[in-house]
Amino acid sequence: MLVLLGIAVLVAGFLLRLNPLVVILASAIVTGLTGGLSLPETIAAFGKAFNDNRYISIVWLVLPVIGLLERYGLQEQARRLIGGLRTVTTGRLLAGYLLARQITAALGQTKLGGHPQMVRPLIAPMAEAAAEARHPNLPDKTRFLIRSHAAGADNIGLFFGEDIFIAIASILLIKGFLEQNGIIVQPLHLSVWAIPTAIVAFAIHGTRLLRLDRRIARESAVQDAVSEGEGRP
Amino acid sequence: MISLVWVYVLAGLTFAAFSVFSLTDAENPKRFRNAGFWGLLAVSFLFGQWLGDLGNGLLLIALVAIAGVGGLGQGKPPTTTPEERLAHAKRFGARLFIPTLIIPVTALLGTLVLAKVKFGDTPLFDPKDPTLIALGLGVVLALATAVAMFRPPATAPLQEGRRLMDSVGWAAILPQMLAALGAVFALAGVGQVVGGLVSDVVPMTGPLIAVVTYCVGMALFTVIMGNAFAAFPVMTAAIGLPFVIHQFGGNPAIVCAIGMLSGFCGTLLTPMAANFNVVPANLLDLPDRNAAFNGVIRAQAPTALALLLANMVLMYLLAFRF
Repeated sequence: MLVLLGIAVLVAGFLLRLNPLVVILASAIVTGLTGGLSLPETIAAFGKAFNDNRYISIVWLVLPVIGLLERYGLQEQARRLIGGLRTVTTGRLLAGYLLARQITAALGQTKLGGHPQMVRPLIAPMAEAAAEARHPNLPDKTRFLIRSHAAGADNIGLFFGEDIFIAIASILLIKGFLEQNGIIVQPLHLSVWAIPTAIVAFAIHGTRLLRLDRRIARESAVQDAVSEGEGRP
Repeated sequence: MISLVWVYVLAGLTFAAFSVFSLTDAENPKRFRNAGFWGLLAVSFLFGQWLGDLGNGLLLIALVAIAGVGGLGQGKPPTTTPEERLAHAKRFGARLFIPTLIIPVTALLGTLVLAKVKFGDTPLFDPKDPTLIALGLGVVLALATAVAMFRPPATAPLQEGRRLMDSVGWAAILPQMLAALGAVFALAGVGQVVGGLVSDVVPMTGPLIAVVTYCVGMALFTVIMGNAFAAFPVMTAAIGLPFVIHQFGGNPAIVCAIGMLSGFCGTLLTPMAANFNVVPANLLDLPDRNAAFNGVIRAQAPTALALLLANMVLMYLLAFRF
């Protein structure tokens, strides 16, 4: 029971809005100590796991490429491309990206999207430009909402597409877990049963994204009314 | 043979360059902190395998001390103005997209083709991590293409990279640190305690309550751990396997597949899933990026909750029928 103190530290730290790095370090030390490790053992275990997981941070290697392209107008070009296409709305663009992300992830290509590579340089500026083409007075609040949805479409498309691919880590984890417990399942059998949720996910989130256009129009109309009122008695 | 260590060295050299450029950035009042943070991260990537476990742990504590107490600053590397960027965009047009496409195409070809290339008995890529190695190769090719296309000043790629790196800030190591925390939790047996607690408290009187407890448990424990992979063995061993599958006869493939996807609903709701929910808030300059529930999580929450409900319905309808 005492080892759950580490979780309490984690939750309390987030609620008090302390720096997450400090909170995680504190939680790891509390968990290690209450779990029967000494302080040096806890620090060593935490350090070993940090070192073993360096591959997670390899993604930052793309930043020099993305930064250089931004220097020469990548975001502006993404905006120009979308601003010229009148039939593309923010909602339709993001719903299309959601579908493309789900399908490519289902084919095992999970690296085709991602926040540093796709969302920041391309998807978010395109989604903003599609809204600006119709509502030149886009309020900041709406702009941040659109950016948040660009990130959300990437996450949801990835999560509810990748499990349809038979060789993805989560499917292999399930297979291994069941095998240890004496149940043999084929990866294909697991991935087939990820399809119903994937379809529901697209239906729910796709609908929400298409409805986003109406919210953008409503928030921009309020902004227009406010700016028209300015300077009048 | 090209192994993951080559990619670590590349990343280490990149972080080292961020550190050196930060040190000379007089515009950043916290430039020594930034230089120390990226410098230590460079040490981790270049020499981590020789530091020993305790050494890596102390390095991590130093990283937390620099970033957590006092924080990092935002560097001001030389870059172009919005007007210049628009002019460049008009000049280069669609060619700007080519380098961005090189990275995923190389990752794809690398996994499918290069991973199978062998010289005699030695494979070109370490067969353990072909995708990550291909990602590194894709970055190098994309950068070479971009440099040939724009002819930028020599330091521009690293300075522009530092501009983005500083906008991510300390959150850059958050995903890696959370993964390490998961390992400590596993070592201390946190999962077993939580699983035992849930199955003690909830009476498993029928298949519906078992399905609901399993799916909600997966989502909630994922919210705490930030990762459905950590929640899955715990919740499935405590509830999914003994109750939904063995006692009530649910199909194991259906129960586990949908159980994992219920965990993914939790991933959409938690700041602990830093690489999905916190890092993009930093990259997109959201004003509420440091809030526990930032704009990204709020945008995802209605879908996550509706989908969790849908998963329970699907598992209940499908698992006992097939």
